[in-house]
Amino acid sequence: MIWGSPAIATALKLTERTSEPPRLRVVLRVRELWAFREILWNLVRKELKVKYTASVLGAVWSLLNPVVFLAVFWFVSEVLLDGIPNYPVYLLSGLLAWNLLSVSLSSGAQAVISNANLVKKVYFPREILPLATVGVSLVDFVLQSAVLLAFLLVSGYGFTLATIWLYPVAFVALLTFTTATTFLVSALNVRYRDVQHLLGLGLLVWFWMTPIVYQGFLVQDKLRDVALGPLTAWQAYLLNPAATIVFGFQQALYEDAHGDVLPAFSTGELATMLGVVIAVSTVLLYLTWRLYFSMSGDFAEEL
Amino acid sequence: MSADPAIEVREVSKRFRIYREKPTSLKQRLLSRRTRADDFWALRDVSFDVPTGGSLALIGHNGSGKTTMLKVVAGILRPTAGVVRQRGRLAALLELGAGFHPELTGRENVYLNASFLGLSRRETDRVYDDIVGFAELEEFMDTAVKFYSSGMLVRLGFAVAVHVDPEVLLIDEVLAVGDEAFQARCIDRVRWFQEQGRTIVLVTHALDTVRQLCDQAVMLDHGRVQAVGRPDDVVREMRMTILKHDLDFVREEGSKEIEIAAASLLDGRDELDGPLRPGGEVTVQVDLHANEGVDDPVVSFALHDGMNRFVYGGDTAAAGLDLGRVVGSTKKRVRFRLGPIPFVQGKYWVTLGVHSRDHERTYHVQDQRYAFEVQELGDARGQVFVPVAVEVQDL
Repeated sequence: MIWGSPAIATALKLTERTSEPPRLRVVLRVRELWAFREILWNLVRKELKVKYTASVLGAVWSLLNPVVFLAVFWFVSEVLLDGIPNYPVYLLSGLLAWNLLSVSLSSGAQAVISNANLVKKVYFPREILPLATVGVSLVDFVLQSAVLLAFLLVSGYGFTLATIWLYPVAFVALLTFTTATTFLVSALNVRYRDVQHLLGLGLLVWFWMTPIVYQGFLVQDKLRDVALGPLTAWQAYLLNPAATIVFGFQQALYEDAHGDVLPAFSTGELATMLGVVIAVSTVLLYLTWRLYFSMSGDFAEEL
Repeated sequence: MSADPAIEVREVSKRFRIYREKPTSLKQRLLSRRTRADDFWALRDVSFDVPTGGSLALIGHNGSGKTTMLKVVAGILRPTAGVVRQRGRLAALLELGAGFHPELTGRENVYLNASFLGLSRRETDRVYDDIVGFAELEEFMDTAVKFYSSGMLVRLGFAVAVHVDPEVLLIDEVLAVGDEAFQARCIDRVRWFQEQGRTIVLVTHALDTVRQLCDQAVMLDHGRVQAVGRPDDVVREMRMTILKHDLDFVREEGSKEIEIAAASLLDGRDELDGPLRPGGEVTVQVDLHANEGVDDPVVSFALHDGMNRFVYGGDTAAAGLDLGRVVGSTKKRVRFRLGPIPFVQGKYWVTLGVHSRDHERTYHVQDQRYAFEVQELGDARGQVFVPVAVEVQDL
């Protein structure tokens, strides 16, 4: 017998199901999710396996994407524009973070729909579906970061202790923000299939609104004195949490020798900004989670 | 055993909105604020309890709300009104091989599917060999399941399903797949669950299964509880509704120039009491009473099974018998000796009729008024009973 004898039945957990969309009680829900963690791991493992098993190169494909990006933008920046020194490091430190966000969002929008059959036939906390897509992107992020790390060590570029501690802070901000927004798009896309189309366009605009391939310094320089209502255009630019997060990663990994690539923030200032992003993202996470949670009760009907 | 029922269903209703054009885009939502939707109540004020360790069958026609009820208990659907209280770990078998992915190997799919049914990795490790053995797929476990035949897939899904061991098990019709031998193993498994004191809710169309396996049954009709109670009673009720929907069915009719005065089922000379064994004999005895003179009446019988399927029939004309002219106020007795009965198990319903040879006139019909039961002997299984003589010889 596997799960204990019925003699202890009096201690059995009581589950009540009513018409009320249940209120999200974070601690209880986290415990519930933890109880179902096996499904989460299995879904992540499945996605990765399916993504890579039938291909000859396997996980190398995941690494190829940033490498090709790197080559193209190195060419553009080095040959056509004034080069950014050590462009590979600059580009990758921002791009990998961006990939985690954008891939989570675009596959997160499909998370519930593409698993319609499961949702209709099996009970499990529905949050697992978007969490699994974040998990898959996270694995890719780790793999690609390992490439970057290897590059940093092999090329002798190294790290600066004074800035590297920003890396985990930026990472926490990135992960919180990504999870929060992924909950939002995967819940909404079940009811409004527009979301996936909107998202494709949105991500394109968002990518260019984020200082990944170009220098943040230039943006600061050009927008600092442009008024945009009560804010300067530069302040408005910084309202994009992805920009702050990317700045964080760049500050942590990239050494701006001449001070003309990264915006003029001290590491402390950036840490504070990241702190704000983390705080805002946490609130956002709570709100989108609650939305997702209350909508998820109807997923089985809406698919 | 706990005094609290494992499942309490209290006045549960479930409404589905049937959109004629389902607005899945923002534009549609914004342009037509009032979407054209019809309400459909799949469940209406359904209440029942399943005691801990009990087995309950949900029966009813297609679309009666059985599966919806199961999904509400499982937490897949949210009730529109009412409440479901459920105690203990629950697994719902609504589909075999939930989450199977064609690119993954059999082994990987077992672990994936098992996790959806609530087994942890370690628990799956422990029953893995049993699962593979049960599915009889030892050599194929490292092959991607896209190369499996559909039969192999069913077997694998099934094998995982029967190795789930929760406190409360919901089973939707999955018993109906697989061949006879496989079903028999599944029923064994359900019996084993019962012996372990597990609580089971079963959705099924097989009324005989209900009577064999369950200690309680609920019949749903258009989302409402039509009958609840002992399986025998509920199955009878279910039969009555099946018959009600059968346009050919009439309890009794005829012009009664000659009528069936009495009829009985006999075991030899005595009244039949208790179920028959497969291969046994039963005699249908019909006493006729002629009110007027009738020329050459024919007496016929028909057998229907529990699902109102016509099984077999015969009459005196086919047997080469001629009742000749029956004069008014006389009596006749007709006996049909049936045997050996080739059924393995189930309840069979007898229809009797008297009519003219050309079927132009129906004097008297009693539709499915009498019934006898066949019960399997030991491990005899299958569709029909075949008498077997076994011989062993030294050579």
